[in-house]
Amino acid sequence: MAQSHTIAAEHGGQHPAAHEALAHHFDNLEQQREAGNLGMWVFLIQEVMFFGGLFLVYVIYRSAYPEAFAAASNHLDWRLGGFNTVVLICSSLTMALAVWATQVGKSRGTQLLFMTLTMILGMVFLGVKAVEYYDKYVHHLIPLNWASYSFNWEQSLAPGVTEQNIQMFYWIYFAMTGLHALHMIIGIGILLPIMYQAWRGAYSPEYHAPVEIFGLYWHFVDIVWIFLFPLLYLLGAHYGGGAH
Amino acid sequence: MSEHIVSRKIYFVVFGALMVGTVLTVAAAQFDFKQFNTLIAMTIAVTKALLVILFFMHVRYGSKLVMLVVAAGFFWLAIMLVLTLSDYRTREWLGRVSPTPHARTATSGATKRPASESTTGH
Repeated sequence: MAQSHTIAAEHGGQHPAAHEALAHHFDNLEQQREAGNLGMWVFLIQEVMFFGGLFLVYVIYRSAYPEAFAAASNHLDWRLGGFNTVVLICSSLTMALAVWATQVGKSRGTQLLFMTLTMILGMVFLGVKAVEYYDKYVHHLIPLNWASYSFNWEQSLAPGVTEQNIQMFYWIYFAMTGLHALHMIIGIGILLPIMYQAWRGAYSPEYHAPVEIFGLYWHFVDIVWIFLFPLLYLLGAHYGGGAH
Repeated sequence: MSEHIVSRKIYFVVFGALMVGTVLTVAAAQFDFKQFNTLIAMTIAVTKALLVILFFMHVRYGSKLVMLVVAAGFFWLAIMLVLTLSDYRTREWLGRVSPTPHARTATSGATKRPASESTTGH
């Protein structure tokens, strides 16, 4: 039976039970879904190694300049970082519920509701990030040296702490949060066509692999932020006389 | 379909745990536990990441193959971190080379630039 199914699939996928989303090189949708899932995980492991290299840089430089990192971290507003953490966790919940809605065959409206909430929360995160970046720009904390703009630490430096050490923290801050924000922007870009397909009614309990695989990506980006928040924002909370 | 559908109840419980973890992280950072601050923060972060991976990302209900790929990936990450840090952390033992990318105590050539120079440019 399986053999005849395969042959039918090879000849144009005209098997009577074949779903229109089933690619001809898969036996059935379940196999296709699992293969896609595994492929996404392989991609995410590559992402883990990619961000892992940056975390390694962070660990090495922080252990070299602990006082400079604490002082530099103290300038970041942990309330904004904490708010964004909550926003991202909420967006992970709404994304998980969007996957759930397709799995149990909820209406297009319900699917789109959870997807829209996810996208809005992602945009709120990016909005807060933009406010923070603007604050760094105004305070000359973007580690650039152009003719009209250069890095400048306005506060006094503790003994043994140099401005270069402070600047290194901000290099790492902008590299890591910038790449994370880029992942968020790409995520929102991928979510749009998925929402279009959901609006067309493409997703059902039988076929919802794109939603599920995108969910994996979205949750991964959330995990990166779960580590970035304490490592970047909370170093200085007890520095120089307690929280601000 | 052999796909496991996670109930909404589990999603909300995990969500609650992630929120509690966030509050705990912020609260713990307000106190000075010396070198344990980072350990506490990372323990909470790893716990939160595990919750997301196991439940939101369905690995808890996934195939053995997916579990193996995920575990192998983080094992490789551990190799990168542990081997690199075992290098940096043991360089001092030789007593000759700097343990850090730049000498820890170097202050020469690292004086703070005057504000006027940095704002006017060149």
